[in-house]
Amino acid sequence: MIGKETTAGRVTKFTFLGLWLVFSLFPLYWITVTSLKAPGDIFAFPLAYWPERFSLENYQGLFGTADFGTYLVNSLVVATVAGAVATAISTLSAYVLARFEFRTKSALLMAALVTQMIPSFIALGPLYLLMTDLRLVDNRLGLVLVYIAVCVPFCTVMLRGFFENIPDALEEAAMIDGLSRFGALVRVLLPVMRPGIVAAFIFNFVNCWNELFLSVTLMNSDSNKTVPTALNGFISSFNIDWGSMSAAAVLTILPTMVLFAFASRHIVQGLTSGAVKG
Amino acid sequence: MSTPSTPDAGTAPSVRKEGAPPGRGTAGGRRKREFTTRQGLLIAAFMAPAAVFVALFTYYPMIAGSQMAFRNWNLTDLTDTSWVGLKNFREVFTDPAWSTVVDNTVLWVVGSIVPQLVIGFAIALWLRRRFRFRGLYQALIFFPWAISGFLIGILFRWLFNSEFGVVNDLLQKAGLIDEPIAWLADPQTAMIAVLIANVWYGVTFFAIMILAALQSIPDELYEAAALDGAGKARTLFQITIPYIRTTLALTVLLRVIWIFNFPDLIFGMTGGGPNDETHIVTTWMVKITQQGDYGKASALGLLVVAVLMVFAVFFLLATRERRIPARGTGKRGVRS
Repeated sequence: MIGKETTAGRVTKFTFLGLWLVFSLFPLYWITVTSLKAPGDIFAFPLAYWPERFSLENYQGLFGTADFGTYLVNSLVVATVAGAVATAISTLSAYVLARFEFRTKSALLMAALVTQMIPSFIALGPLYLLMTDLRLVDNRLGLVLVYIAVCVPFCTVMLRGFFENIPDALEEAAMIDGLSRFGALVRVLLPVMRPGIVAAFIFNFVNCWNELFLSVTLMNSDSNKTVPTALNGFISSFNIDWGSMSAAAVLTILPTMVLFAFASRHIVQGLTSGAVKG
Repeated sequence: MSTPSTPDAGTAPSVRKEGAPPGRGTAGGRRKREFTTRQGLLIAAFMAPAAVFVALFTYYPMIAGSQMAFRNWNLTDLTDTSWVGLKNFREVFTDPAWSTVVDNTVLWVVGSIVPQLVIGFAIALWLRRRFRFRGLYQALIFFPWAISGFLIGILFRWLFNSEFGVVNDLLQKAGLIDEPIAWLADPQTAMIAVLIANVWYGVTFFAIMILAALQSIPDELYEAAALDGAGKARTLFQITIPYIRTTLALTVLLRVIWIFNFPDLIFGMTGGGPNDETHIVTTWMVKITQQGDYGKASALGLLVVAVLMVFAVFFLLATRERRIPARGTGKRGVRS
């Protein structure tokens, strides 16, 4: 019970929530509509909120003249591999940080917070030189390694919150039943953690999928570009081809939105479980 | 599944409803373990991969990049990379654009975080009571979070387009303006436009975090307040806000850091233009990097880290938790 709700209060509440929903979704609607207009109709007056004719011309252009399919595959590969490895690594460190007390623990957590403060641009030059030495410039593996490092700190903190929400008694019972600590982790804890791990993976995937500046710096050949880099290429010329741009934007947003739609509950829980505890 | 020994353990996170109290976790309840050498090895082995990746690809380049701030490091002429002391910092501070950049950064952070917090808080309060489709509603307003800042910039660049932008069209249809506004051509309206885009993006994060925290407040507190005849405002300021202050503080801290370090949206939307008038520190860094002056860009980067660290320390000290007696006394407050 959170106090009584008056009719006037309900009206205000749902009006506001409704307006916010429209505000949240309208830009997405608009970019989708734009992408489905024939290129000539995009600049027609008056603006068509529901076009008379729909056209896939903008999308055809992306896969014909531009090589958007390659960029999508690149992004998919890089984000999947980096997201998965980062999640695995973070699961290990999160487990340790949630279940053990040791002297360097607060220092490690502080080191994770500091990574959030570092503007990626200060690291770009040396990172480029390092990757040159490792012969990983313009190489998808190189981007994967860097993205793992980007994802791990926040993912660790997020998963640590999940681990802490699981009572110690669960593993203790498993260990009394004869499992080793590691066995208890693998056989008991990880299955319980699965929603959290899936959420962390999706969060990582989306972050890597969306990353721009590192990708622009490290990937120079056209066949290695990721989606954000390709989008950036669209606007570096003086005129933006808004038809292609809208279609590309829709194709870029769609996969991450589908993932979020499936996992938003878990992601929400993942984001909050760590922070609410403080 | 193994024997759940606490009342709550049966609902492991996989099935716990969203409304479940995140509680104070095991804090306080956890014994400090004395660990054996074997466990010490396990800790080291489990931490090692994360530590190696972050050290190699985040900390090493950052530290290596930091020394560029004190060197003459310009891609246009790499023959002389000598130590120049504070020259790069002097150049930053004496740049004619610097005061605009600082003003914009402050405006960008404050002008984004305040509306995000206020609107997010309101939405969280309104979402607290269950209603049909609440889950769907949450999922839908969460969508902006799936999009990259850069793409959001492009999206809003199209919406605010002076000729074919839907914002002008809607405002004209509503009779609010007579002539289309060239939003992104005028520095002032351009700043308003990027702030609107960032608020669009960031409100949900606050709403979600605050909603989760709200759900950890025991109902008994509200019942007691109602018995005392406390009004809505008093309940909000004396129960709700004090109870969730830890979450509020941490969310604000994290968001300030992220927003401060978030060139992507402005980069996609205005590119810092018109005439460099919408640059914040980090987009300014992007521009200087693109011009090849890594020394000056690194100096800016060090300034960013320094400012954020000082801010974080002061913020954490200022909002340090003073335990309120009510916490943990409610039936739902203590779990696990």
